[in-house]
Amino acid sequence: MRKRARETADQGQAGAARRSLLLSPAALGELLAALLRRGYTVIAPTVRDGAICYEPVNGVEELPAGYTMELEAGSCRLKRRGDEALFGYVVGAKSLKNYLHPPERRVFAAERDNGLFRILPEQTERPRFAFLGVRPCDLAAAAIQDRVFLKDRYQDGEYRARREAAFVVAVHCTEPAATCFCASMGTGPRAKDGFDIALTEIVEPGRHLFVAEAGTAAGAELLAELNASEAPEELCRAAEEALERAASSMKRRLDGDGLRELLYERFEDPHWDDVARRCLCCANCTMVCPTCFCVTVEDTSDVTGRRAERWQRWDSCFTQNFSYIHGGSVRLSPKSRYRQWLTHKLAAWVDQFGTPGCVGCGRCISWCPVGIDITQEVAALREAARTRA
Amino acid sequence: MSAASETLPSVMVPVAMRLARVEKETHDTFTLTLESADGERPARFAPGQFSMLYVFGVGELPISISGNPEERDRLIYTVRSVGKATHALVTRAPGEAIGVRGPFGTSWPLADSRGRDIVIVAGGIGLAPLRPAIYHVLRHRGDYGRLLVLYGARSPQDLLFRKQLTAWNYVPDTQILITVDYGGLSWRGNVGVVTTLFRHIRLEPERTTALVCGPEIMMRYVVRELLVRGVSAEDIYLSMERNMKCAVGFCGHCQLGPYFVCKDGPVFPYSRLKAWMDRYEL
Ligand SMILES: Cc1cc2nc3c(=O)[nH]c(=O)nc-3n(C[C@H](O)[C@H](O)[C@H](O)COP(=O)(O)OP(=O)(O)OC[C@H]3O[C@@H](n4cnc5c(N)ncnc54)[C@H](O)[C@@H]3O)c2cc1C
Ligand code: SF4
Ligand code: SF4
Ligand code: FES
Repeated sequence: MRKRARETADQGQAGAARRSLLLSPAALGELLAALLRRGYTVIAPTVRDGAICYEPVNGVEELPAGYTMELEAGSCRLKRRGDEALFGYVVGAKSLKNYLHPPERRVFAAERDNGLFRILPEQTERPRFAFLGVRPCDLAAAAIQDRVFLKDRYQDGEYRARREAAFVVAVHCTEPAATCFCASMGTGPRAKDGFDIALTEIVEPGRHLFVAEAGTAAGAELLAELNASEAPEELCRAAEEALERAASSMKRRLDGDGLRELLYERFEDPHWDDVARRCLCCANCTMVCPTCFCVTVEDTSDVTGRRAERWQRWDSCFTQNFSYIHGGSVRLSPKSRYRQWLTHKLAAWVDQFGTPGCVGCGRCISWCPVGIDITQEVAALREAARTRA
Repeated sequence: MSAASETLPSVMVPVAMRLARVEKETHDTFTLTLESADGERPARFAPGQFSMLYVFGVGELPISISGNPEERDRLIYTVRSVGKATHALVTRAPGEAIGVRGPFGTSWPLADSRGRDIVIVAGGIGLAPLRPAIYHVLRHRGDYGRLLVLYGARSPQDLLFRKQLTAWNYVPDTQILITVDYGGLSWRGNVGVVTTLFRHIRLEPERTTALVCGPEIMMRYVVRELLVRGVSAEDIYLSMERNMKCAVGFCGHCQLGPYFVCKDGPVFPYSRLKAWMDRYEL
């Protein structure tokens, strides 16, 4: 990828620590304005329909100041905080996936032409996205989708264009939700790379500040425009400590050790029947998961039959049609579909892309209507492997 | 840098080819010959590979190439009409356009099997993806040992490429064996599933490469038969079918255990499949 392949700003300084700058909430507003001036569609958290969503915004005032979102298995609840924190929650249902690999997109339009057909040139302009407030797990998820769409045998041109044009302002996590388990997946609570700028929000009685660091030259350039001063040593230490506390406070964890082999071996484990009794096959988990990439392709034509379109839409291994071949579906039972999902995420993905397909964001836990918890299902399968033959 | 209207070549966009000929093989199976519409030769393919064929406005589906790989100026497919998309495909009139993407996927291990006996086992439409391999062996006859083709179909009316099968049987060191599930009154040939043909042949397992395509259940029985006769799992190749929406690794539909059938397959050595094939609802 063109931009990410460029030297990162700190590599240029021969191993010197990243420069940390101090930003006020007002300066953050300037940062957002600068992105809008550069023509970006800025995607940031905002309150919509009683929840935190990632949507296009036009100013810092649209950010959810003073809100948090309590996440638990099967529930998410928007609440007021006692302060004016701008990033006082972790993830909403949407992630970068919704914009880089959107829920539906037209692949082409074509027209009959001289007995043949002709692909019509794309008319609409492709947006350039700047993502503000991206969590470390979501950056890791985007890196995983890069492997699917950019680093395998074939490249998805549309994904590549969106990805290369994107500008990323990440926010390290100081207050993980109850559903988070990024620490055990090695993807958070601090973002390692994949951002242009990363922020740590410090909200304490009497002060509300951000420590900002640049991850790329483009990020450094933008920060330079804000005339920010160097962050004092003490503040950097406070930020660092907050991140360490965040990591150690995470209650949920997923033990990935030997999990690939274990899942392949436990193909017939009775525990799959247990999950199947609870799972509704609603596919929510796959829709909110920032790494799930499956799509279906639909071909349509207009009533005259002169014009046709191909659309790509998110699809889910939880549907029965997903595995249909003439004669019937390969995975008929809900049990086989949940097993496919979990085994793909945590075992097959490793064979296919060299990494698990889970970053520990916890979305599938919160947005599962019956509160099925991936960390608990894995623990139960481990327990079964230990106690059953 | 403006990302707007930058046109990227998309692996998801078909190229229009012209349907030159439609031949009826059986009551439900047709062979389609596609020719270039713009004078450009279609991409070279290897026996066993498939294309995604697009019927304008109707749908797209994976179909194996059944033609001769040496005939570079056309692409030939043999399609059994089983549903909406395949019906639309076989009812196009010559002159109409068919969209083509590909070729995709792995191929039969012909280069690595020189000097060996080639045993081809096909069930039903499964003969279509194997025909390019037969063409190849016949064209390079001296490079291979014996060629044995065991072919099973439901009834005599379902047999594909009958004239060719008869002609091939006269080629030296080539044996074509056919069986049907239900013979009817006028049928004088073998009756029974394809595995019953094994008793008519003598395999030399050490020097045998087996290429198998047909319904999954049939392939399981064939594999068992081959293993019993001493052919090693590394020398048995199967072509697998899964739902395919993209053929390029993006849609996720074709997964089979750790594999994407579209890019890791469709042709796999049985040694790579054996841990997965007997798993129900994998
Ligand atoms: C690698 C490969 C090679 C094949 N080669 C041949 C061949 O040479 N000749 C041949 O006749 N058939 C071949 N098939 C099978 C052929 O693709 C299916 O028969 C066809 O897709 C069925 O579509 P339909 O609408 O006619 O049938 P229906 O059974 O009515 O299917 C209904 C719908 O299910 C979906 N569907 C069914 N099967 C598939 C599939 N495999 N992939 C994606 N969607 C599917 C489609 O959306 C279809 O419209 C091959 C399949 C694969 C995977
Ligand atoms: S599987 Fe669940 S926790 Fe893991 S990345 Fe997907 S949504 Fe997040
Ligand atoms: S695990 Fe939960 S969210 Fe996923 S399909 Fe089952 S019920 Fe729906
Ligand atoms: S057919 Fe889409 S991933 Fe294989």
